[in-house]
Amino acid sequence: MKQVLLVLSLASGLAAAASPQELGAAYAAEAARQAPGFQPSARRGAEFYARRFAVSEKMPACSACHTESPLQPGRHAVTGKAIKPLAPRAEAARFSDPAKVEKWFRRNCTEVVGRACSAAEKADFILFASAAL
Amino acid sequence: MAQPRRMRLPVIGLLLALVLPLPARADRLPLPADAPPSFKAECGSCHLAFPPQLLTAPDWRRVMAGLDRHYGDNASLDEKTRREIEAFLVRHAATRSRLAGAGDPPRLTQTEWFRREHRKVPDALWRDARVSSAANCGACHGRAEAGSFRGRELALPELRKRKHD
Ligand code: HEC
Ligand code: HEC
Ligand code: HEC
Repeated sequence: MKQVLLVLSLASGLAAAASPQELGAAYAAEAARQAPGFQPSARRGAEFYARRFAVSEKMPACSACHTESPLQPGRHAVTGKAIKPLAPRAEAARFSDPAKVEKWFRRNCTEVVGRACSAAEKADFILFASAAL
Repeated sequence: MAQPRRMRLPVIGLLLALVLPLPARADRLPLPADAPPSFKAECGSCHLAFPPQLLTAPDWRRVMAGLDRHYGDNASLDEKTRREIEAFLVRHAATRSRLAGAGDPPRLTQTEWFRREHRKVPDALWRDARVSSAANCGACHGRAEAGSFRGRELALPELRKRKHD
């Protein structure tokens, strides 16, 4: 029930506090509806994080701004501004605000991947960033 | 009736002079108190939440009309937040032509005022790895996040040295 509510709040853009686990589970549930049997994978998330899509010259990969590890502070590839680490272990507020997470997936996926990310990619990504040691 | 109306003009002029942004030395540009929380949260995530006093109202309207094509990035917002931020920026916008931006969308680092204040910065420093962009105010102004741009707070040693030569 909680997952359904979370998916609903994602879809309607409402902000509701959540944990990275809940948020990841909501994306995984959505992915499983599109591809029955879907299981999130931290390994696929890691590959996605490091992959050079090279759609944008200045923002070729997620790691261009977030560095090669989600545990490290990043730096915006164009403006130079510091970015806090993506891993909840290093920055507690990560993946806790569904509306914020959706907004940055939308922006960063459009710029870096050249399209919206799928629910499966988001579930993998969150699992990878939360599992980072 | 004509008499009091004429009298009102100097009063309005005085009030305008008081609220006109940017006196000759503008080393303090604190965030106006009526800034909506969305301004710092949204416009301060990829770069400094730039002082609204550094561009004119038409410039801000152009910036806010094209957030999906934002200097090569995507800064799009929901319409309610977009309008709230635009109203705030326009409320505190500059009125002088020296602060009219250039470029599409317009840049506050390309106003006549900005160029003049930064005329002593050596060309190579803008491209230095520690700076990367003129819009990276915090690389040089150590207290930019607090709205302070004083000469003695300059963060790069070569800039501080220049001052004492
Ligand atoms: C051009 C620089 C840049 C690139 C490239 C980039 N990001 Fe980001 N990302 C940011 C900034 C800036 C923020 C927001 C600042 C903050 O919250 O600290 C952010 C925040 C996020 C968040 C929000 C996390 C939270 O809960 O606070 C997610 C999710 C995210 N990015 C995913 C990605 C993914 C996936 C990619 C690759 C497809 C990517 N980013 C590539 C700059 C970038
Ligand atoms: C997703 C990241 C992102 C967000 C969010 C964002 N910007 Fe930007 N902004 C950029 C980038 C990238 C540049 C180009 C910087 C450069 O060329 O060095 C830029 C440049 C600017 C400039 C021109 C700076 C100059 O060079 O003079 C202005 C003005 C500006 N942004 C205003 C805003 C406002 C207002 C908001 C909030 C509505 C906002 N930005 C939100 C990424 C962002
Ligand atoms: C490469 C370094 C550098 C960058 C980047 C930079 N500045 Fe400056 N700025 C300077 C120097 C040097 C001065 C001159 C200081 C002096 O003479 O006291 C200056 C002066 C100023 C002043 C006038 C201060 C006064 O004493 O009246 C303001 C305001 C200012 N900068 C704002 C900005 C803003 C806003 C940005 C980002 C959009 C920015 N600066 C980016 C180096 C920089």
